[in-house]
Formats: sequence, structure tokens, C-alpha cells
Amino acid sequence: MAQRLGEWAGHAPELEEDVALTNIALDLLGQARTLLSLCGDEDALAFRREERAFRNVQLVEQPNGDFAHTVARQLYFSTYQELLYGQLAGGTEPVAALAAKAVKECAYHRDHAEQWTLRLGDGTEESHHRMQRALEARWRYTGELWQPVEGLDVDWEVLETTWRASVTGIVTQATLTVPTGPQGSAWAAGAGRQGVHTEPFGRLLAEMQHLHRSHPGASW
Amino acid sequence: MTTTQSERPGLPEQDAAAQEAASEAAFDAAVAADERIEPRDWMPGAYRATLVRQIAQHAHSEIIGMQPEANWISRAPSLRRKAILLAKVQDEAGHGLYLYSAAETLGVSRDELLDKLHTGRQKYSSIFNYPTLTWADVGAIGWLVDGAAITNQVPLCRCSYGPYARAMVRICKEESFHQRQGYELLLALTRGTVAQRAMAQDAVDRWWWPSLMMFGPPDDESAHSAQSMAWKIKRHSNDELRQRFVDICVPQAESLGLTLPDPELRWNAERGHHDFGAIDWSEFRQVLAGNGPCNEQRITQRRRAHEDGAWVREAAAAYAAKRAAERTPPGGPAQGGPAQTGDPAQGGPAQADGAQTGEAA
Repeated sequence: MAQRLGEWAGHAPELEEDVALTNIALDLLGQARTLLSLCGDEDALAFRREERAFRNVQLVEQPNGDFAHTVARQLYFSTYQELLYGQLAGGTEPVAALAAKAVKECAYHRDHAEQWTLRLGDGTEESHHRMQRALEARWRYTGELWQPVEGLDVDWEVLETTWRASVTGIVTQATLTVPTGPQGSAWAAGAGRQGVHTEPFGRLLAEMQHLHRSHPGASW
Repeated sequence: MTTTQSERPGLPEQDAAAQEAASEAAFDAAVAADERIEPRDWMPGAYRATLVRQIAQHAHSEIIGMQPEANWISRAPSLRRKAILLAKVQDEAGHGLYLYSAAETLGVSRDELLDKLHTGRQKYSSIFNYPTLTWADVGAIGWLVDGAAITNQVPLCRCSYGPYARAMVRICKEESFHQRQGYELLLALTRGTVAQRAMAQDAVDRWWWPSLMMFGPPDDESAHSAQSMAWKIKRHSNDELRQRFVDICVPQAESLGLTLPDPELRWNAERGHHDFGAIDWSEFRQVLAGNGPCNEQRITQRRRAHEDGAWVREAAAAYAAKRAAERTPPGGPAQGGPAQTGDPAQGGPAQADGAQTGEAA
């Protein structure tokens, strides 16, 4: 997700959004570095794994699209992240410490996404339609979010219920409609966690890893 | 300097010329005494225009300057470097915001300035029309381009116009941090593999001369210099600052183990400075005229971001107007709330008058 948000730098609708989106990217990159470092060498894990070895949910690898598509993706994911880290923060170390720090950042990310959902949904006719389309387009990737992950002490049912209530609340307030389509991913719920990704992800990795892979053994 | 016209009620109103002369004398005295000129102070029209031009160009440079570096965010070779680069590009957007605010204190709007940038009526620094072709270019920009910017900008912290000087204090702190990061990036490359070292040298070869051009034309060709120095907007001449920059860079290049691409560069003990070769001013003029390697690409991307984002800004404005309308019950603005008279659809102007009197003073 940090990689996707970094693509917005210099392309945002206004300067304040260039700041906000890079700021969120930076928070997420910080969280990724902490998580990866818990498992091994962060750069080896980020730059030398193949696509099938990545465990991210498919939602976060989705291309930015227009601003509404980015907002929809951020809304779905930051709401989830805040709830997930909220639960993990009360659990066992070392994940609890990471979660306790991350949950504060995610609250800011969710607020940012919610504010834009409201502005776009309840803005002009065009922004309303774009935001509705974006919510629909990203909806199919949300079912994966509460597929249980082994080793994480989370009440996944509560997570899903609270996520749905939170998203429904803000979407309704934004004069939009919660999508009703299937929430399975392109393959099946849980696919990203099993290393099965959508096509854009391979190109994302090709770009992200190219320089690192061109200089084996180099340090930067 | 805080004296404003309204605080000098003693002057006869009909004697506008005398008042103007007194204002000008007060302005000259304040500049001579190294006092700061503030937004509400009287200032000569040409001083205001010069500052608007310079601050706007500076702001535009920050936001166009995001592009060559953002070009490498997705490809940064380690997560640490990616984080540093993201933070830097974010700082640049922030610098753009400070500077547009400083320009707005002079009575222009950000939208107006952006429009001038998009239509080519205002410029940005020529350096950002060069491409970032390898990862080492990110380091060369940090070390040389930010280094040149700091050499130029540190004296601006003492600029006679208060809001600009204060913006520069904040910006220079962050810029010197970026410059150290750029130097450290190059150091990692020069201490690395043969290929990394070659990448670093190639980047410095391409960025050295364009960095020297950042100080502007030589003193005898610089149109605005004399006036800007008299107004204490500028404190040093272009050539003085360029010389200072060269003297700083030479030992740094040595400690990096990199050469600077100038066969005439050598220490001159008599002058106590480094002599250096002639700059290709025809290239500089070409880039300024819009014919540099990336002029078209940079401005097109900037314009497209603005145009593609129009519907988003319109949505935000429409949403804000709806919320403001909700806060203003029909028949007049809410008691104690900010005057909503900017919205003709809400409340009658006659009823709104009473609510405004507190603000008019």
C-alpha cells in the first residue's frame, strides 16, 4: 500500500493531498519495516521474494485509479487496520507493541479517508458517481480482510461486524450506498494471504525490485 | 517595522504626495536599519512585485522539484532509502505550502500563482528540467542541488521581508538535513561496488554544471541584482554565492572520492578560492527558454495533476458550501458564528449587517 501511495507524489489534486498521501505512505512503510524486521531482513523480504511468496491482501495491491478509487481503497483498509491493530495491541508481544503504535497512525488514516468519502460522496454529482463506482469496484477485495490468519489472536467475527458497521455508517452519511456484490476476491477469499495475487501486483514488484536485484549483494 | 498608514492620522488626507514620500522614507529607513518589513507596512510597488515574483518562483520550484525525485520513490533500492525519499518529497510539498502562504501576504492568491505556473507566465528553477536517470541522481540532487539551494537561501533568512525570511528559516533547516542525506547516499555508493561507484560518478558529472547555473547569470548580466541588494532581499551577488558553493563542494567531493567534471578546477592561493572553468551559458538560456530535457514533461505533469484533480477540488468546495449552509439557518447567520455573507443564497444582507459590525473595526 505504501508503494501505491508513493505513486501519488506530485500527482495529487492539491498540494495538501501530496503532503497527506506521502505522509500516510510513510507511516505504512514504517509499519511494514517493523513487521518485516520481526521476521528477518527487511530488504531481503521486500526485494528478493517472488510474487507468490508475498502474503499481502489483494486489496492493497490494487492500482490507484482516480482519486475516488484511492479513497475507497484507503477507507476499506484503514478502517480494517485500525480495528485489527486495536485488538492486537491488547495481545502478546512483540506484535502488541507494534500494534499499539500503528493503531494511532491508522486512526489518522481512517479519518482522512472518511473525510474524503464524505466530500466526494456528498460533493458534486460527478464526485458522487465516481465515489459510488469506486466503492463498488473495490468491494470484492474486502472479504479477504477477516479470513483468519494463523498465529494472530484476533476475534475475526467481531472484526468483520465492527468493520461493516463503521463503513456502512460513513458511506450512508456520505449519501452513498454500501455495495451488495460478493466480497470474495478475484480468486477466493484469502487468496492474497496464500500468495495468489492479481495481475497488477507482478508489475508493481518488477518496478519496486528492479534496482535492488540488479546489484546483488550491494548495500545502499 | 510595524508602522502602518492608519497609525499616522496626523497627516492631512489631501496631501497624498507628502504621505507617500513619508511612507517611502520610513520604508528606506527601516531597510537601512535592518528592520523587517511586514505585510501591513507600506512598501514600494516594485518591491512588492519583485518579492511576489521571487517567492512564487521559489514555491513553484519546490513543487516541480518533487517530480525528479518522486521518479525514484517506487524504485528506491532499500526500504530505508525509500522512507527517506518519501519524507523528503513530503517536505518539499510542505515548503511549497509555506512559500505560497508567504506570497499570499503580499496580496496574491495561490490559485493565481499556480495558474501563472501552468501557463508558463512564471518560472521555476532551471535545475528541475534535468532528468533523474539513475538512483545516484537522487544523491547528487541532495548533495549538489540542495547544497546550492542552501547556499542561496541561508542569506534569505535575513531578507528584509519578514514572512519570507521566517519561511526560509524553517525551510533551510530541513534542506540542510536533505543535503546531508544526499551526501550520505553518495557515500554509500562510493564505498560500494564498482558499479555503484561508477553510478555515483556519472550522476555528479551530469549534475555539477547545472548546479552551478542555479546561482543565476554572472553579476554583469543579472538584471535584478542591484535593486534586490539595495532592498536587502538579496545579500550577496550570484557570483559570490557560486564561488562560496564551489569552495564548499571541492573538499566534500574529495572525501567522497569523486571528481568534479571541470579540468580547470584548482585552488588559487592568491585569491584564497578555487578557480573554475567557464559555464556554458548558452545551455542555461536554452533551458530557461523551455528547451531543456524535461521542461515539457514537468509542466505537462503539473498541469495534468491540476486538471485531473479539478473534480476533487470542486467536490470539496461543494461539500464545504453545503455544510456552511447547514450552519446558517434561513433568515440570517447563526448567532456568534462567523459571518456567512459570502454566500448570497443564505440570509439577507440587511440582516447580516448587524453581525458584521464587530469585525469591521
